[in-house]
Amino acid sequence: MSSADGRTRVKVENLEKLFPISKGLFRKPTDFVHAIDGVNFEINAGESLGLVGESGCGKTTTGRVLVKLDDATGGNVQIRDHNSDEMISVTEIRTKDERKEFRRNVQMIFQDPYESMNPRRTIFDIIAEPLFVQDIGTTEEREERVVELLRLVGLTPPEPFLFRYPHELSGGQRQRVAIARALVLEPSFVVADEPTSMLDVSIRISIMRLMLELAEKLGVTYLYITHDLAVARYMCDRIAVMYLGKIVEMAPTEELLSNPMHPYTRALLSAVPVPDPSYKRPAVEIEGGVARAINPSGECRFLARCPFAVAQCETDPHPDLYDRGTDHFVSCHLVAADGSWTGRERAALELRS
Amino acid sequence: MTDTRTGDADKALGAGNIDPDTPILEVKNLVMNYEIKAGMVSAVEDVSFIVPRGKSLGLVGESGCGKTSVALTLMKLMPNNARILGGEVLLDGENLLELNKEEMRQRRWADVSMVFQGAMNSWNPVYTVGDQIREAMDLHWDPKPTAGEAREKTEELFHLVGINPEMIQRYPHEFSGGMKQRAVIAMALSCDPKLIIADEPTTALDVIVQEQILVELKKIQHGFGMSIIYISHDIAVIAEITDLMGVMYAGKLVEVGPTSEVFARPRHPYTWLILSSTPSITGPRRQLAPLEGEPPNLLDPPSGCRFHPRCPFATEICSNEEPPLSEIVEGHSIACWNHEQVPVTLARAVG
Repeated sequence: MSSADGRTRVKVENLEKLFPISKGLFRKPTDFVHAIDGVNFEINAGESLGLVGESGCGKTTTGRVLVKLDDATGGNVQIRDHNSDEMISVTEIRTKDERKEFRRNVQMIFQDPYESMNPRRTIFDIIAEPLFVQDIGTTEEREERVVELLRLVGLTPPEPFLFRYPHELSGGQRQRVAIARALVLEPSFVVADEPTSMLDVSIRISIMRLMLELAEKLGVTYLYITHDLAVARYMCDRIAVMYLGKIVEMAPTEELLSNPMHPYTRALLSAVPVPDPSYKRPAVEIEGGVARAINPSGECRFLARCPFAVAQCETDPHPDLYDRGTDHFVSCHLVAADGSWTGRERAALELRS
Repeated sequence: MTDTRTGDADKALGAGNIDPDTPILEVKNLVMNYEIKAGMVSAVEDVSFIVPRGKSLGLVGESGCGKTSVALTLMKLMPNNARILGGEVLLDGENLLELNKEEMRQRRWADVSMVFQGAMNSWNPVYTVGDQIREAMDLHWDPKPTAGEAREKTEELFHLVGINPEMIQRYPHEFSGGMKQRAVIAMALSCDPKLIIADEPTTALDVIVQEQILVELKKIQHGFGMSIIYISHDIAVIAEITDLMGVMYAGKLVEVGPTSEVFARPRHPYTWLILSSTPSITGPRRQLAPLEGEPPNLLDPPSGCRFHPRCPFATEICSNEEPPLSEIVEGHSIACWNHEQVPVTLARAVG
């Protein structure tokens, strides 16, 4: 399985994750939440891909499936192994040993630094745990490694931190510990699920900068999950926008922000608060909130909220993600092959300007 | 430092109020501590501000800076270990801090109402939303509304906040998160209060729903001349919806002025650094400057200016003497000894 070229670190094909809705103990579930529904993307080595969307769009589930905290119900995920340099299929990992080996290469940073650490273990135990599990190094070597990591994530001087407990640290410090723990095995791919959304502004920037620095220094590839487009702009080389289990648009960061094509991306962008009182925001074009993707019918997922829908949107199946030149992928019937708007969409745009 | 850019519209605002009417709310030298085993936590320290009639004031700051404590004190809804050690809260000239429990209960909802962050989760699941709004009206309208009046008022309010009036007799679980929060806003308006305090009204919501609710709140403010206090950790939200803003740090108000002025020319080092470290989707992609260090422990706040341990402009006086909040441009006050050192442009990251 080496269809992907040498730069590709992660390759996701037709990924699908359905959650059954329980109908009772002995009844077979007939309804499913389509949390991820046919998602495709690749992440190159050293790149940071942002996965952006509203709550319930499937972005966290995608992250969990990639690190094998959840199993996909369909499709394939391949991640390049940092030792053998071969693409390993995550969906085919079965045995405990395979799983253990996989964890050396792929790690996750969670959103809540208060919930993701055992309060009864010291910082040393927390960071060194992967080394114990993987049986790496002697006690002294482990201690050295933990000290080195604490220094790397900016908890200096490191020694006083070793035998403290999580409750003695602030939120920002805890998130630094979480980052140290994720990096202790030198993984090549890290899924970061909203790592700064629980932190205050003054702390957030230093954590964002730390993650960028480490990516450069250690060559880590990130999948960066966030609901905040402004944060994604600073953290990511490319951004994928998710809506109800589908990626609706994916492009290099500045291209996506300056030239959003999918109506949902446009609405999302126009709703982001801007720290400038003189900013004149375009009106948000869509109404209502996100529905749940329970047994969705085949047509475009965004149809119910789309202000520009035409007859084709109601009859054709959900549009595929096409490249409209310049590495800008959009899944919308209204965007022509060259990226131009068509029909009513264009008319509506002209009316407004 | 003189700056004459203050616009006419802004002249009526701020400390040197020339408005013939008294401001709707005036907070003077408010001091509030929490008593805990380890000592007194200095949560609100000498905070003063004015909310002019029909205007909105934003209070912005990080968690633990005292912004919610200010709101709770205004409503006298603090936990039992809170101690008000001084100051006045004048609502239309009447000092709320001197009222007894029953008098205060009558003022809530009728004169001042509030929308809290988790408010959408405070609906009682076994009553319809309409019944719960009716309850507030029954308690505070004089005379009590008839069933028809209550229904009419609720329909009007639902219409205002963008909910289908058919939802009145529905139960909270039938509402989405954004709808529940809108219904809370409708309830907050049900007794025609003079002032609304909205504490992180949209923080738990997605951006598109947040934007819809902010638009509704702006409409309500402008349509009815409502006075609103917004509390948020998100300076971008404050930029969008407020006329005036106050920046809080470690229990102190460090800068207050017209929102457009504060953003155009932040004069307190903390405000300047916060604006420098706020990412935005518009404008060129700036290098964001990090703010070093962490907020202080309020059990033992730093001497002098509470920001001095993290301040890049701190000098000797900052650690010894507390800077007073003083007006340096009309309507724009700051508490800083070295505000003249704060550059006109935002900070850039080094390296």
